[in-house]
Amino acid sequence: MTSTLPTGRSGLDQWDGVLLLREMLRIRRFEERCVELYSASKIRGFMHLYIGEEAVATGVMQALRPQDAVVSTYREHGHALARGLDPKAIMAEMYGRVEGCSRGRGGSMHLFDADARFYGGNAIVAGGLPLAVGLALADSLRGRDVVTACFFGEGAVAEGEFHEAMNLAALWSLPVLFCCENNLYAMGTALGRSESQTDLTIKASSYEMSAWAVDGMDVLACADAAREAVELVRGGGGPCFLEFRTYRFRAHSMYDPELYRSKEEVAEWKTRDPLDALARRLREDGLLSDAGRDAMEREVEAEVDEAVAFAEAGTLEPVEDLTRFVYRRDVP
Amino acid sequence: MTTATGVRETTFRDAYREGIRDALIRDDATFLMGEDVGRYGGCFGVSKGLLEEFGPERVRDTPLSESGFVGAGIGAAMNGMRPIVEVMTVNFSLLALDQIMNNAASMLHMSGGQINVPVVIRMTTGAGRQLAAQHSHSLEGWYAHIPGIRVLAPGTLEDARGMLWTALQDPDPVLIFENGAMYPVSGPLPANAGPVEIDHAAVRRHGEDLSLITYGGSVPRAMLAAETLEEEGISAEVLDLRTLRPLDGAAILGTVARTHRALVVDEGWRSGSLAAEVSARIMEGAFYELEAPVARVCAAEVPIPFAQHLEQAAIPQPETIVAVARGLVRGDG
Repeated sequence: MTSTLPTGRSGLDQWDGVLLLREMLRIRRFEERCVELYSASKIRGFMHLYIGEEAVATGVMQALRPQDAVVSTYREHGHALARGLDPKAIMAEMYGRVEGCSRGRGGSMHLFDADARFYGGNAIVAGGLPLAVGLALADSLRGRDVVTACFFGEGAVAEGEFHEAMNLAALWSLPVLFCCENNLYAMGTALGRSESQTDLTIKASSYEMSAWAVDGMDVLACADAAREAVELVRGGGGPCFLEFRTYRFRAHSMYDPELYRSKEEVAEWKTRDPLDALARRLREDGLLSDAGRDAMEREVEAEVDEAVAFAEAGTLEPVEDLTRFVYRRDVP
Repeated sequence: MTTATGVRETTFRDAYREGIRDALIRDDATFLMGEDVGRYGGCFGVSKGLLEEFGPERVRDTPLSESGFVGAGIGAAMNGMRPIVEVMTVNFSLLALDQIMNNAASMLHMSGGQINVPVVIRMTTGAGRQLAAQHSHSLEGWYAHIPGIRVLAPGTLEDARGMLWTALQDPDPVLIFENGAMYPVSGPLPANAGPVEIDHAAVRRHGEDLSLITYGGSVPRAMLAAETLEEEGISAEVLDLRTLRPLDGAAILGTVARTHRALVVDEGWRSGSLAAEVSARIMEGAFYELEAPVARVCAAEVPIPFAQHLEQAAIPQPETIVAVARGLVRGDG
């Protein structure tokens, strides 16, 4: 198991800790409800939970501006929520409703929102990296002050597209923030069983870009690192690579008996729950009372309730429209 | 060289280059990207001189990273640019198939209509240059299987010159397959040749006895065959499909309705080929028009071999087309 890294260097004075906790709680409670809905067969298909990794998306999004772009993976509920996608549209998408953020054509793995510059929801491991390079190439050619944040898991590092994209981004000095969420397992394959070099920052450094590891269980550390990295990227320093060392508390997907890791290991990581850690600190520092925490829970629960009600009331795309959106221009 | 009538002799290579140059002049959102498109001038010389004219940002050499730079072209297209991505050969495009299939072709639908991908991907295709089994295949038919992309196959100088600009104006991903053996072939092209439409097949030669339905590098072979057939008293119509997806089904049924016999010529392998799709459409839509079963002349089902006589035996030849056509019309095939 990867050793734990020191917690965030900056204090809570650097960030709105209550806001960070609320953002993480929104993801946690949303997904917990998703599990219930999945068990009730309201949600179907593949569903990959982010629970345990909330600090990464929450921290990184603090460093981004609305005009920045985000490319994500199939484990993207957390990224989408933290990026500001409407939870109602996300839940409706999980239900396969036309009111969903991809009109029910994407589902859990393909959440999109062009207005939020959220470019999916890519379910081919590492397939999003070349897209991020292209998005950033366009911004670079047009002289726009925009950063593209690209999320992927450590499993992507074994793919050729990872290396091709890292090289292109560095070669052309493109404004990409590569956010590697190292949760130690590519589905069921432990990093040490798939990589000859398990220090991923060394791989990134070999492409002549700044790269460092971050405690992905500490939202303050994530936010600090993202801010520092985005400043580098935005300042024309080329791409940057952050390895967030994190852990998913739940199974890979809903069909995973978790034969590849021990209950003890999971339990140990759960002692480092990013929500608990921050909540404890906020309470100790007198920044969030128990009453305040309860109120936050109620607000978040209300948001999830509203999302579910919206999805339940959602409608189905008429089957006559099945072949819409294959081409934007239909042949006359 | 331009004649008094405004027609000049030019090669396919120059016609393609003219199309790219025209696009780079017309639209500053357009750039060309690929392996050796810049300093080398293009593996087949298509982009020669463009680096000097437009600079390294707009004529961008890439590493040998097909998936990376094709994906980058897709991403740039999603973000306001109109990239022309060159892949050296169709065989190499398989390294980028993930990006073409899973991203370019799927993005609009998967995002519920939000994000379109106006990228153009050009690549060479076809045999006939003794480049053997990893540089010579014709996989247009595979790509034509994929909903969400347009697949173009220029078979004439006008289309080589004119399809690119129209493809760049298209909001959807467009793949252009350039037959490699045709690059040095020359012919007359109007001096004012420009953009052409990309939605319809074209009758290249009118006839009454049978239809030769083909595309790309097989168009000139079918035209040669039609000339030979005419000497034998058989009047062959040649339908150039031009766009392999979406197929111009009306044009296919239309030519069959005129001639009542169809021979599909396709440099792809026979099994599961585009020719098979064309045949099926004729069966579905024009069965009672037919006076003979639909025939096909396709590539032999082998990886394209190196030795010239074997290579030539593997791909459709005018003589084969003539023989099959003769049998189809006279019933002695």
